[in-house]
Amino acid sequence: MASQPGGRAQTHLACVVNGDPVDITCAGYKTLLEVLREDLGLTGTKHGCELGECGACAVLVDGEPVLSCLALAVECSGRAITTVEGLTRDGRLDPLQEAFADLGAAQCGYCTPGILLTARALLDRVERPTRDDIREALSGNLCRCTGYQQIFEAVESACGHAQPTLRRAQRGPEPVEGPRTSACGSREAPEGSEAEPSRRARAHGGGAPCAVNNAGRGDHA
Amino acid sequence: MMRLPEFRYCAARSIEEAAAVLAESPADTMLLAGGTDVLPNMKRRQQVPRTVVGLRGIPALGAQHNGNGLVLGAGVTLTHIVRDPNIRAHYPGLWQAAAQIATPHLRNMGTIGGNLCLDTRCTYYDQNYEWRKAIDFCLKKDGAVCWVATSSPRCLAVSSTDTAPALIALRARVRLVSANSVREVDVTDLYQNDGIQYSVRRADEILTEIALPPSDGWRSTYWKLRRRGSFDFPVLSVAGAVRLDPSGGVTDARIVLGAVASRPMEAREAASTLVGRPLSDEAIAEAAEQAFAVAKPMDNTDFTLHWRKRVSRAFVTYALRELRGDDMRDERVKTARQAMG
Amino acid sequence: MPEGRVIGIPRRRVDGRAKVTGQTRFADDLAFPRMAYCRLLRSPHPHARIVRIDTTRAAEHPGVLLVLTGDDFPIPYGILPVSQDEHALCRDKVRFVGDPVAAVVARDELAAIEAVDLIEVEYERLRTIADPIESLEHPEPRIHEYGDEGNIHKKVSLAFGDVEQALGEADQVFEDTFFYQGNTHLPIEQHAAVGLKDPDGKLVLYSSTQTPHYVHRALAKALEMPAAHIRVVATPNGGGFGGKSDPFNHEVVVAKAALLLDRPVKISLTREEVFYCHRGRHPVLMKFRTGVKKDGTITGVHLQTLLDGGAYGSYGVASTFYTGALQTVTYHIPAYHFQGCRAFTNKPPCGPKRGHGTPQSRFGQEVQLDKIADALSLDPADLRLRIVEHPDTLTANYLRVGTIGLAECINRVTVAANWKARFRKLPRGRGLGLACSSYLSGAGLPIYWNDMPHSGVQLKLDRSGGVTAFCGATEIGQGSDDVLVGCIAEILGIDPFDIRAVTGDTDLTPVDLGSYSSRVTLMMGNAAIQAAERARDILAQAVSRKLDVPAARLVFADRRVFDAEDPARGVSFQDAVCLAETAFGTLGTTGSYTPPKSAAKFKGGGVGPSPTYSYTAAIVEVDVDETTGWVTVPRVWIAHDIGRALNPTLVRGQVEGSVYMGLGEALMEEQAFRRLPARLSSALVHKFPSLLEYKSPTSLDMPEVFTELVENPDPAGPFGAKEVGQGPLLPIMPALANAVYDAVGVRIDEVPITPDKIVKALDAAREGKPARYGPASFPTVPWPEPLQVPPPWAGGDGHATNEPPRKSRRAARTADQPETVVRT
Ligand SMILES: Cc1cc2nc3c(=O)[nH]c(=O)nc-3n(C[C@H](O)[C@H](O)[C@H](O)COP(=O)(O)OP(=O)(O)OC[C@H]3O[C@@H](n4cnc5c(N)ncnc54)[C@H](O)[C@@H]3O)c2cc1C
Ligand code: SF4
Ligand code: FES
Ligand code: FES
Repeated sequence: MASQPGGRAQTHLACVVNGDPVDITCAGYKTLLEVLREDLGLTGTKHGCELGECGACAVLVDGEPVLSCLALAVECSGRAITTVEGLTRDGRLDPLQEAFADLGAAQCGYCTPGILLTARALLDRVERPTRDDIREALSGNLCRCTGYQQIFEAVESACGHAQPTLRRAQRGPEPVEGPRTSACGSREAPEGSEAEPSRRARAHGGGAPCAVNNAGRGDHA
Repeated sequence: MMRLPEFRYCAARSIEEAAAVLAESPADTMLLAGGTDVLPNMKRRQQVPRTVVGLRGIPALGAQHNGNGLVLGAGVTLTHIVRDPNIRAHYPGLWQAAAQIATPHLRNMGTIGGNLCLDTRCTYYDQNYEWRKAIDFCLKKDGAVCWVATSSPRCLAVSSTDTAPALIALRARVRLVSANSVREVDVTDLYQNDGIQYSVRRADEILTEIALPPSDGWRSTYWKLRRRGSFDFPVLSVAGAVRLDPSGGVTDARIVLGAVASRPMEAREAASTLVGRPLSDEAIAEAAEQAFAVAKPMDNTDFTLHWRKRVSRAFVTYALRELRGDDMRDERVKTARQAMG
Repeated sequence: MPEGRVIGIPRRRVDGRAKVTGQTRFADDLAFPRMAYCRLLRSPHPHARIVRIDTTRAAEHPGVLLVLTGDDFPIPYGILPVSQDEHALCRDKVRFVGDPVAAVVARDELAAIEAVDLIEVEYERLRTIADPIESLEHPEPRIHEYGDEGNIHKKVSLAFGDVEQALGEADQVFEDTFFYQGNTHLPIEQHAAVGLKDPDGKLVLYSSTQTPHYVHRALAKALEMPAAHIRVVATPNGGGFGGKSDPFNHEVVVAKAALLLDRPVKISLTREEVFYCHRGRHPVLMKFRTGVKKDGTITGVHLQTLLDGGAYGSYGVASTFYTGALQTVTYHIPAYHFQGCRAFTNKPPCGPKRGHGTPQSRFGQEVQLDKIADALSLDPADLRLRIVEHPDTLTANYLRVGTIGLAECINRVTVAANWKARFRKLPRGRGLGLACSSYLSGAGLPIYWNDMPHSGVQLKLDRSGGVTAFCGATEIGQGSDDVLVGCIAEILGIDPFDIRAVTGDTDLTPVDLGSYSSRVTLMMGNAAIQAAERARDILAQAVSRKLDVPAARLVFADRRVFDAEDPARGVSFQDAVCLAETAFGTLGTTGSYTPPKSAAKFKGGGVGPSPTYSYTAAIVEVDVDETTGWVTVPRVWIAHDIGRALNPTLVRGQVEGSVYMGLGEALMEEQAFRRLPARLSSALVHKFPSLLEYKSPTSLDMPEVFTELVENPDPAGPFGAKEVGQGPLLPIMPALANAVYDAVGVRIDEVPITPDKIVKALDAAREGKPARYGPASFPTVPWPEPLQVPPPWAGGDGHATNEPPRKSRRAARTADQPETVVRT
């Protein structure tokens, strides 16, 4: 994308990104972060410092979380790279993605891709991590919005830990993406999801008519 | 976005090949292991090598042998060390040091060799090019004055490697290989107290491996002071190792302070105070006092220097108490945010 | 509280899927064919005159397309009409290290980086003003040619009743000085913007801004273009916290460059540059004199604040007033005198950060209350319960408060933390601290004076059954898209996911003033409700005809419209829309929200009024190591009076995120500066403009947080909702300071509370000196004559008795240059 003014040394990169073979020529000075975002258009990978100080750029290289801002693209030849775009498989979100979306673990969503991939690697290594394991594994990902608590809960929920304090979120009638399975095996649909009949029944049973539902409206024009 | 400057990249496949490229023009060539120190420095234009030699493709550097002691290839990652149950059991000081470096991601990338060769740090130096321009640079790079002590003829940048103090306490040695020489030095002799020439490693040498003697009854520990539970470099660290006789008397001891000078500082007097006595509260207090005298932090890291100095006494005490066998998990959790046990 | 179908139920936010799949398009994610990259050259000097700029070598560098300097930007702009003091690139002077002086646009970013270094600038250095004390001492050289005097930007003095008399009537008067260090927002997303020409030749700017409307106005002014020919699109922000609320240099520069080059131009700031954009928390020195009766009731408060404003005005005039605005809405204060002063200094400009201007004096007030309770042998919780302001009150400074859930908040946290059994009873080294706070649910006045709505929502409905909601509000992570959609879904009886939200786009969406001052949920929410009710009424009419059921009996629920008395009788929502489209033609409705008129009629009374206020109480537990001063926070309990939680998942996220940011401010965050030895250098630099050295707590540093939501719907809020984005941050810093006192008996009257300060205070105590660390005194400030505003209970009507007549609003609006009219 960024065209090269004359004279910039180019390099060749052949690797596998999210399962797709990639074979490109790019500027030799570029890090994996820049190639993913600028040459491959995979802008799901974010950056907050480009110096290794935030974790927003984390991707998986051969299954391990690394910082793409500190990986030379040329050194990634022959390796398997997973970005947030590669977490979704066959149209289905990773259980971590579902849990993050449901449980408020993504506020602005900027740290989210790096955290999701880091958490994915954790769950691939440790089936049922403790809260302390999760804290430790995510200690290289700064999040400025959430205070981490809902992130911890989402990771726990994605591998079948107990429900968090609040009722499990309703997820809206997103097209059903098939039965959801987590790293720790399948589990029942969450309360309030489209698979749960009680919510429909409650709505049919006629809640308060909407006419009285705006009790809080102000005296605006 | 911060961008690297242009450079020539060369992927070495053997130590010989890397040494040969390095020999061509050592002054403007740099080795790249995990890259977690070199690349930020290049982006900030603190280091602008014309040639970068990638070590990643050299299998020998990633090897590890357990024989008489332990030999770690310089390219062994910190994560590898942290996940190795043997290291955890026999060299807890090294394990604790490695486990507290940076972040999990950086430990996945960073190597032990890179950690030993880590550039010294200073809050006047670890800044972007534009920032350094605003202070007219400094002795360490492009400037004429040391802003930490303007009358200082030398740079006072801080040795910030976590594993070096631990490895010195464990009496580890490293092997340095160039195109036409091979030598071995004690880790403690790898360093000198100069922020610019902080290492005796010549620019044409590659650090290929780190050899630890057998743990042979040595107990070891590492305490690190930093603001947060992760990311931060040490602003003070204490590595300790002792050998006790069956009655609990100290037969040999080592105390090394990190991040208080341009090299790790051995508190030899403090260590020898302990020898021949049990690790009593009095002995520990005396040693802590002597180590305190060795700690001479400067005002170029996070936190105030007076406070860092003051904490050195407490940290030496914690380290020695842990070596005595006290349960220090509470103090660990408070200061390190993790039990480290 | 009627149970909603959408409202009040924890729900996946509507933009949740985009965020977890990496599909949310942040500004730097945008790429366009032929896009060029911009880089700014920033000043290496804190205060200097620009003598000469030579761009020749930069312009000749391979790949460079354009070089711009201050000469290309003659027109100033700024967020407040009274502070139009910024130029996109400095013209004759630089005012801080980081002030932009030139811009390079090149084919790739590296070329721009290389070329920027080839620009030669000759400077003539000027004396540097490093802090407000120096500003007071050195009126010359002036950093700006405007402002109250010398290097004082703004001075205010407001007297609500006779405070000296009130203090005289007190049993005891407490006098305390506090210092609150500056800190910054640190969104993980660095600011980025892309300027381009659309196919019509009009200007488009995509930017990570919280306030597209104000950027739109600033661009029109600075580029001398009709606003109608400019489109500003606020991309979702990767965190804002107030740091993306000003129009910024880089936005104006890429807009201009795109026009000149006729190709897209992107800028993506480095982290260091984000520290230079700043607009964060003002460092504030403050003095509280508070008179109390033996039972703790307050007789009067005299507050003085001195703000370090940095090099530009930004929101500073408002920030100054905010340091004194909200003291009265938490506790009953019969007489109140506020004096505030903002100084210009040669540092990045300060502005609004989460809690805008109020956390500093909240810290002082809450720590002082703790001291008062201690001196009077009262439990700090009981003391506060005794003095909590009454609901539906007009305060001494004419703020109209609505519902107040503060007492309930205090009760909830004290129960949750087992306060009665543990406070002052824990072993030495352990402590609990309590503090409370209140915050606006949206500023009652806009930034520039006008009578138009603060928020507008348009709805489009068509035969597909789909609904599109348009609003200028900006998604910065807080969940504004979800609030918009949630309110509409609730009223129309459809699912949030049936609605498409189009937000933050000045071409497509009606004006909303922006995501600041916690205004979006309340204002946009009310506008959305109005638009949705109007749509519902239209649909109801059509369905009523078809089913022959009175419109009032129709229920909108579960994607159907049906008879409340015979639920089987009804039509689908889509059929309802078709019926209405058939009957009335193309369907669309609008809603708007304008806050109620303020009761404060005096000059300066524009800062503080809000449709309603949120309340919070927090208890922080600490563990303090006496040898090292090291502080550990194992637990925090917090209760927030939210009015009504529209989506409890998001509300909890805001509370916990606020606790997080509050702990960062309390313990470690610092926007600190460094001056080099004067005989060798005139440098005044940000000490550590990096994510590594500016300390933001990690996942390992975050304690357990126990959140309680107090729900007592407020009539002013949408479905009763009040704000949550900022208020819960405010009590954290003072609660922590109070906990440190409980733990080891020393007062840290300064933020951040770092271990070296605790050690110093403990040393002082050991030496028999006051067991305290904090500022010794408040400097002498040449305060202006106070505006005398008698409080409501003293027969006041909201006017000052001694105010010189002001230009009437009508005259102001017809003036040629409405921007020059002061409304702050
Ligand atoms: C945000 C952040 C936080 C950090 N925190 C810490 C911390 O807490 N503690 C800590 O110790 N470090 C820390 N680091 C520094 C760094 O990550 C580690 O020290 C790491 O171990 C360096 O190893 P590397 O392989 O990445 O080194 P590289 O960057 O590859 O190399 C570092 C230096 O060593 C040289 N070098 C590398 N390998 C060899 C070799 N075999 N022979 C000779 N020279 C060689 C390089 O030329 C370079 O000068 C941090 C880094 C960042 C970005
Ligand atoms: S110690 Fe002095 S010379 Fe060395 S990096 Fe710091 S300021 Fe520069
Ligand atoms: S971008 Fe911050 S760590 Fe890579
Ligand atoms: S959700 Fe915004 S930074 Fe984590």
